[in-house]
Amino acid sequence: MKALVWHGKEDIRCDSVSDPEIQDPRDAIIKVTSCAICGSDLHLFHNFIPAMLPGDIMGHETMGEVVEVGSGASGKLKKGDRIVVPFTIICGECDQCRRGNFSVCERSNRNKALAEKAFGHTTAGLFGYTHLTGGYPGGQAEYLRVPFADATHIKVPDGIPDEKLLFLSDIFPTGWQAAAQCDIEPTDTVAIWGCGPVGQMAIRSAILLGAKQVVAIDRLPERLGMAAAGGAITINFDEESVIERLNELTGGKGPEKCIDCVGMESHVSLSYPDTIYDRAKQFMMLENDRPHVLREMIYVCRGGGVLSIPGVYSGLDDKIPLGMLMNKGLTVRTGQTHVNKWTDDLLRRIEEGQIDPSFVITHTVGLEDGPEMYKTFRDKQDGCVKVVLKP
Amino acid sequence: MNFLSNITRSEGDPRILRTGPSSLSMTDKLARGLGWFSIGLGLVELVAPRKLTRALGMEGMEPLVRAYGARELAAGVVTLSPDKQVGLTSRVVGDALDIATLLAAMGPRNRRRDNVGLALAMVVGVTMLDIAATKAVAVRHGRKSNGDARRYADRTGFPQGVEAARRVATAQRQGA
Ligand SMILES: NC(=O)c1ccc[n+]([C@@H]2O[C@H](COP(=O)([O-])OP(=O)(O)OC[C@H]3O[C@@H](n4cnc5c(N)ncnc54)[C@H](O)[C@@H]3O)[C@@H](O)[C@H]2O)c1
Ligand SMILES: [Zn+2]
Ligand SMILES: [Zn+2]
Repeated sequence: MKALVWHGKEDIRCDSVSDPEIQDPRDAIIKVTSCAICGSDLHLFHNFIPAMLPGDIMGHETMGEVVEVGSGASGKLKKGDRIVVPFTIICGECDQCRRGNFSVCERSNRNKALAEKAFGHTTAGLFGYTHLTGGYPGGQAEYLRVPFADATHIKVPDGIPDEKLLFLSDIFPTGWQAAAQCDIEPTDTVAIWGCGPVGQMAIRSAILLGAKQVVAIDRLPERLGMAAAGGAITINFDEESVIERLNELTGGKGPEKCIDCVGMESHVSLSYPDTIYDRAKQFMMLENDRPHVLREMIYVCRGGGVLSIPGVYSGLDDKIPLGMLMNKGLTVRTGQTHVNKWTDDLLRRIEEGQIDPSFVITHTVGLEDGPEMYKTFRDKQDGCVKVVLKP
Repeated sequence: MNFLSNITRSEGDPRILRTGPSSLSMTDKLARGLGWFSIGLGLVELVAPRKLTRALGMEGMEPLVRAYGARELAAGVVTLSPDKQVGLTSRVVGDALDIATLLAAMGPRNRRRDNVGLALAMVVGVTMLDIAATKAVAVRHGRKSNGDARRYADRTGFPQGVEAARRVATAQRQGA
């Protein structure tokens, strides 16, 4: 089959690879009908996430049709079922899964020993991500093996196009969880850094959850335009001071809730000297991430507020104002998304027409154009916000 | 089994049979080549500056050569990163410095003028490559000004409109 394969920094190729096989009774194989490129894939593209190996198949936003089911999953899935695959692989039975903490499933990470050295306690297995999260082949391919398939799936009805459902795999629940973890009150201002696909979903989620005002921050006019279309007030951080504007919009008090949809690769600019400091340290391998947004959020958030962090961070970071965080009594909520915790509710909202997540798609191409699309998405060319691949 | 990377795959996982088109273009490969060249030259300048100064009749200037070595190393590391545009631009600036320094050493009293001339020719050659690569990378990776033409003002994401979406939470609160 064809698949997008990681060969090294900025080197993704559309290779021919052998087809996946059932390896465990709980596995299923799907024929992929749609998959997408995520901002998290860009961190891998840049080789910022440790423990990728040449030959790894990319992709963790996937849906398709079940074509083969292992004996252990046959009670829950059958050939011909249409499923969206959550990016977090879950066993459905461990302590964490039973609590709904799916992204820290205790069983699905097959490289547990390695992961525990890096993270203390392990995260769940993830598709198309580092070997620290199990090194499972991803779904930017014609076929995908789904481990623990009896639990790791979201069944979706026929009659709704892929485009409306695909993002149940990751970015929709991710934006939703980011907003839900803020416990939004009708009087709240929710400030959202980053208007990429995750930011866009977080904006819509904060609106649906009843925020008084939603403020979206980025520098790319087309993304800010899309944010405004969804009901956000926008700040272009290339043109205005984020802190001043946020204070202005909140009577000088700062937003109650702040969401970081940027993560480890904050834009580097002379106007933000800390980003230059971080970039230089990254070059010398003295720091993993550029936590500019985190610093800004801690600074501008109202005392007693919440910082919600779906943006991915990878390791050890410098100059985090912990004193400010502590003294302002801020609450930090973060994590890879517990996808299946939210998807029943979100699927219902899609079916009822409250939201149509396909608004974010700007490019649809075949798998063979995937490598070039990584570049287009990374370089923010051609108004690219979200790429869907059709194998 | 001619793909080394297949060794790391666990049994049953897909293995590479044939490799296809890459996201890495000729331009990116040229930038990468220049990045490694920068690192190689930087190391020589840092570790063996005397070899260079002797060949160029510039004895006594080792500290300067070492400083240039550090500059080359830094430019090389940046050129190999996703910020290659910054790395290449700093290489072009560095090339100008190199040329100025070599020109100054072309004086009639330098017995090694011939070598300096040769070095100068080489640096000018590399400078041309650096300039070409900088331009090509800008074309391949830069945002075109018309990229801004797309604004997505109609992409609300809410089939019933933003105002209806705002009312969803209110309705839910009242219902609860
Ligand atoms: N927690 C999860 O489970 C989960 C799931 C999916 C994605 N993510 C993460 O969410 C983040 C965003 O993903 P995406 O797909 O939207 O990526 P993206 O790269 O398309 O979007 C990032 C956006 O942030 C903007 N940005 C950069 N620096 C900024 C700054 N200082 N202030 C404001 N905006 C800034 C960029 O211009 C860009 O539009 C990534 O880190 C990704 O890894 C997390
Ligand atoms: Zn993702
Ligand atoms: Zn589990």
